[in-house]
Amino acid sequence: MEAVLLVGIPPPPFSGRWRRAQPKLFGTGGQASVGTWIFTIARNKRIDHLRRERRPEIHPHDPALVADPQGGTDDVVIWEEQARRVRAAVGTLPEEQALVLRKNFFEDKLHDVIAQELHLPLGTVKSRSRLALAKLRRVLGDTG
Amino acid sequence: MRAASHPGPVHHPSEARLLDYASGALPEPMALLIATHLALCPACRRTVAGLEAVGSALLESLPPEPVADDSLARLLDRIDRLEPAEQSAPASLQAASILPQPLRDYVGPLDRVGWRHFGAVAEARLLTGFENVTTRLLRVAPGRALPHHTHVGSELALVLQGGFGDVNGHHLRGDVSEADSAVDHRPVADAEEDCLCLIVTDAPLRLTGWFGHAEPVHPHLIPAI
Repeated sequence: MEAVLLVGIPPPPFSGRWRRAQPKLFGTGGQASVGTWIFTIARNKRIDHLRRERRPEIHPHDPALVADPQGGTDDVVIWEEQARRVRAAVGTLPEEQALVLRKNFFEDKLHDVIAQELHLPLGTVKSRSRLALAKLRRVLGDTG
Repeated sequence: MRAASHPGPVHHPSEARLLDYASGALPEPMALLIATHLALCPACRRTVAGLEAVGSALLESLPPEPVADDSLARLLDRIDRLEPAEQSAPASLQAASILPQPLRDYVGPLDRVGWRHFGAVAEARLLTGFENVTTRLLRVAPGRALPHHTHVGSELALVLQGGFGDVNGHHLRGDVSEADSAVDHRPVADAEEDCLCLIVTDAPLRLTGWFGHAEPVHPHLIPAI
């Protein structure tokens, strides 16, 4: 669970040791910022530990994988820039929207469970999630 | 129907479903179907990557937990000792298959699947340990229809080979059809070849045709999309 412990330490992604570590951690096909990579590790550990489930994921070298015509980028700088913009946008979300997203991301709760917990109609929870994503999509949309 | 410049499916899972996959909230059977769609859909892979970036931003907005002063140094020491990440495909991926990963891991070789036959339809169950969730491969003979049915819960269907048409439109490889209790649909397989689908249903199905009544039927008793 080291990845979880790291949260809160601002990772210096371009310092020597991190830069050398990255090919080992990401492989050459890595398409994410360091922060996103840490998030996915923490998520998969949680699914494994708490739910005893496997995490079905694509394999980047699967011959059946349909290639992305827009290409990917291995450029960590671009992904870090996107991550910075997403962080800024998440910080501007109204608390009621951020709360729904946090419960979904960190408590593994689907919308119907969140609605019960917050004593809200399911439609309200769905629309808060939708509004939050619509705002974030505008930020993400710039890099496709 | 599909421009060469835009490979990939035209019917996608809802954004809410992709969010639940990215956050980790989606149970394994539904997550398997979404991940298999992602292998065939570059557009949804980009969406999920964006949603994971949102998860990362949320994670960083949580109050920090105190850690030992040397945590980072010890972690970097461990990383230094790691072998470089696997760069090439494992042997299991060398043979071409119509089943993308991760589905191939769950099914094994397609010619060794134990099919159960119901007339024009054959089914094989996967992930049988999940209560209230039915996961199956379904193979439907060319041009054959499936019985009318509606859903108490929700149902996701992913086309792996061939195609089918229903009230939501025409579905080919990689396309996802999402149905809930409001949809009474009757999928018909395309005439040219068998239609192979992965179907995940999270509640018993309710037949509205074939047997002429609308009693809830346990999903393993009937072949249905």
